[in-house]
Amino acid sequence: MTRFVNTGVGLLAVALRAQGGHVTEVDWQPPMPGTEDALATVAGDPRRPEANTEALRRVNSVRAELVDVVPASEAVGLQRGDFLHAGPPIEWARASGPLRGALMGAAALERLVGDPEDAVALFESGGLTLEPCHHRGAVGPMAGVVSPSMWMFVLADPETGRQAYCTLNEGLGAVLRYGSYSLDVLTRLRWMGDILGPALQAAVRRHGPIDVTAILAQMVQMGDEAHNRNRAGTLMVLRDLVPDMLDADVPATAVAEVVRFIGGNDHFFLNLAMPACKLAMDAARGLDGATMVVALARNGTDFGIQTAGTGDEWFTGPAQIPDGLYLSGFGPEDANPDIGDSAITETAGLGGFAMAAAPAIVRFVGGTAPEALATTRRMYEITLGEHERFAVPVLDFRGTPLGIDVTAVVRTGILPQINTGMAGMVAGTGQVGAGLVTPPAEVFPKALAALATRVPARFYASGSTPRLL
Amino acid sequence: MSVESTEVRAGSYADSVTLMQVSQRAASVEGVEAAMVAMATPLNLDLLTRQGFAPPTATPNDLVIAVRAVDDAALRAGLEAVAAAWRPAPAATATQTQAPRTTASALRGERQGRDIVLVSVPGPHAFTEAMDAVTAGTDVMIFSDNVSLEQEVTLKEAAERTGALVMGPDCGTAIMDGFGLGFANAVRAGPVGIVAASGTGAQQVTTLLDLAGVGVSAVLGVGGRDMSAQVGARATRIALKRLAADAATEHIVVVSKPPSPAVEAEIRALDLAKPVTFVLLGPGHADLTAGTEECLRRVGVKVPSWPIWGLARAGTVSGEIRGLFAGGTLCAEAALIAGPGRFVDFGDDAMTQGRAHPMIDPSLRLDALRAELADPSCGVILLDVVLGYAAHADPAPDLADVIEGARPPVLVSLIGTPADPQGLQEQAEMLAGAGAEVFASNAQAARRARELVGGAM
Repeated sequence: MTRFVNTGVGLLAVALRAQGGHVTEVDWQPPMPGTEDALATVAGDPRRPEANTEALRRVNSVRAELVDVVPASEAVGLQRGDFLHAGPPIEWARASGPLRGALMGAAALERLVGDPEDAVALFESGGLTLEPCHHRGAVGPMAGVVSPSMWMFVLADPETGRQAYCTLNEGLGAVLRYGSYSLDVLTRLRWMGDILGPALQAAVRRHGPIDVTAILAQMVQMGDEAHNRNRAGTLMVLRDLVPDMLDADVPATAVAEVVRFIGGNDHFFLNLAMPACKLAMDAARGLDGATMVVALARNGTDFGIQTAGTGDEWFTGPAQIPDGLYLSGFGPEDANPDIGDSAITETAGLGGFAMAAAPAIVRFVGGTAPEALATTRRMYEITLGEHERFAVPVLDFRGTPLGIDVTAVVRTGILPQINTGMAGMVAGTGQVGAGLVTPPAEVFPKALAALATRVPARFYASGSTPRLL
Repeated sequence: MSVESTEVRAGSYADSVTLMQVSQRAASVEGVEAAMVAMATPLNLDLLTRQGFAPPTATPNDLVIAVRAVDDAALRAGLEAVAAAWRPAPAATATQTQAPRTTASALRGERQGRDIVLVSVPGPHAFTEAMDAVTAGTDVMIFSDNVSLEQEVTLKEAAERTGALVMGPDCGTAIMDGFGLGFANAVRAGPVGIVAASGTGAQQVTTLLDLAGVGVSAVLGVGGRDMSAQVGARATRIALKRLAADAATEHIVVVSKPPSPAVEAEIRALDLAKPVTFVLLGPGHADLTAGTEECLRRVGVKVPSWPIWGLARAGTVSGEIRGLFAGGTLCAEAALIAGPGRFVDFGDDAMTQGRAHPMIDPSLRLDALRAELADPSCGVILLDVVLGYAAHADPAPDLADVIEGARPPVLVSLIGTPADPQGLQEQAEMLAGAGAEVFASNAQAARRARELVGGAM
């Protein structure tokens, strides 16, 4: 049977239906303003279809295994005075409250200062180095601050040996990643360095590699979207680790503390989901002609994206204030703009893209179950394909939308939907809520323009004459 | 004292046919004197000014809503009619599926059979949508005009790699798998397969074949520039090979302006193992009717006398021939045959920026027709009325109103078949009843115009 696809004037579909034709109508709208030439250039790049197919294949074929737990000095080579942070590059002067708070706390944790408040002068003087996590193969939730003594998960792809890293999750409430640097926060971080990190290391080393991608695939069918809900994943990894932690002769009191800590923190697995996604997305980097987004990341001031076809270049715009629900006592005036590398989950087909799989949290981020389904369905419009392992039961086990296509975002104006936590604007406040956010629209035309300039001149088909003027 | 309202909605888009319908709905409200809802292209802003509205500051991406009425109540009613057309779609529900937003999205998933894509978005966006189809290896008809030559070549080069047929850009007509795409007539099925670089040329040939009792297997459009040296007949070659391999096709007809000589030699040298009749329109070539007649003789069918409706006026007229056409090829053919005169193609790229094609929206041509009929230097009017799918549902009454009792003779080329939704006979009789001479053959109409102004036959 012949099927017609009508893109444009509805009358032509009407005429075909009048003849008994089967017509699918495209709900076409003009692309983001001023992008038609760059779109045409990229659309005409003969390398693009294969490059995107390859990008999707590579991302789908990565298996992320948890292989070790070590301090950041060892994992990513951080030295005294080095700090990693979430999002695209930023200097202290432009850093937001939660990022500053986390950096101040980390400086105290590293004993560069006694009182976190004294760290301000140190950062202002420029004597310390700030670098994005993404530049060291790492990702960090919220402020994403990493300092040398913090322990990190090491995830590896057995096929290629590539690795990705993330710190251990501190739990909810007053925590460093939300910009808190109180004594409680520092005390917990020291316990994590002294007890949690070594216990996890012993367990992982005794257990052998744990397939994090496999856990992700299972948890998506258990109501987790791996960004704002990681409850099933947390319990599954705990189930895998505890026997080996005991067998590894970690003292029973320490095991009890560790199990109580992990069991009480539904977000513990987020810090495994994120590097698993980072490992998957990094596989697509450096593919000439590919238009897939490989990183969505925010530092609390700027929202940045990177694509498979534009190397390490960041395309940035102002981070937005999320729309959602606030913890009691807080309101929109308290919220800092969007922050964290955790949108790597959306980049890899989880989080907001897998909302249909996580109906239990839709109210937590201010939505409804039908909206959750509609969100996931809408994301297929801007992705290159589907995840081969992350299947959504309610969509008849269809794979989650995977591989954000810059050209599709610019053409449709549909922005990636991100589930996120909200940090307080003032350093030291901590979490104020959770909700939904999108990147600033402008980053996509910027990335598209860079992709267009990288199209070799011999492939360039000018559409500039004549134009709709 | 009239009251008026002009509003600009930035970044609001709807296609030109939809906007024409909204404009008409608002204009039909009691007490509304003028209503125009259109994308703010320079052409449309100019039309707005001519209707007496102060031109707003707007870009072609913005929507302009301009209404003038006799009083405030009528103005409100007019604006309400516009607003009614913009009721938002209902909110998302759990069971609703997402409408595809791009051609690529619509083509995703398993195929049940053959897909064919129609692209009719504004020219600067057409390439990107069409490339989605080509990349997927799917045939695409690009109805849009204002697409650059370079982009056409890029699309057709890519199509050679994926096996897709690119029909267009600016392709108005095709018939595939028994369906008329774009402006196509309801013609019977039969043995003639047509490759057309001219939409209205193909419509003339297929309707005459139908009137002679001969049907078509397919009409594959290729776009007016395909047989130029730059495009090198890339689509024509694919289309010819398709027809050569098609069991239902016994005879092939190529309808085009004269190709570049090198391209023509190349096409003629193709071994298609089926007879090919070239109907090439240009100086030194036969006209569309003669070409159709040649094809009929080659398939062994007697050439009928082509229908004519209405009474022929005796004698000659003084004044010039004025041709007002919706079909570009029909316009060119008439100008070639009828000789000196002023011929306007209202379907030209420049006349359709942000506006529906004159076969759908006759208003600009009707205005021009009124002006010509009142012009003492106008000797005879030649115009075309093209019936078929996607064309105006009932074009004759508006035209009949304007030409009724006019001084200059009006000659109409009526391109259609008895099976067309508008009905050939009904349209012809209404036009003839208003005093027009109506011809199924555009060439015959043009010859008659020449005869009326005293030119040699």
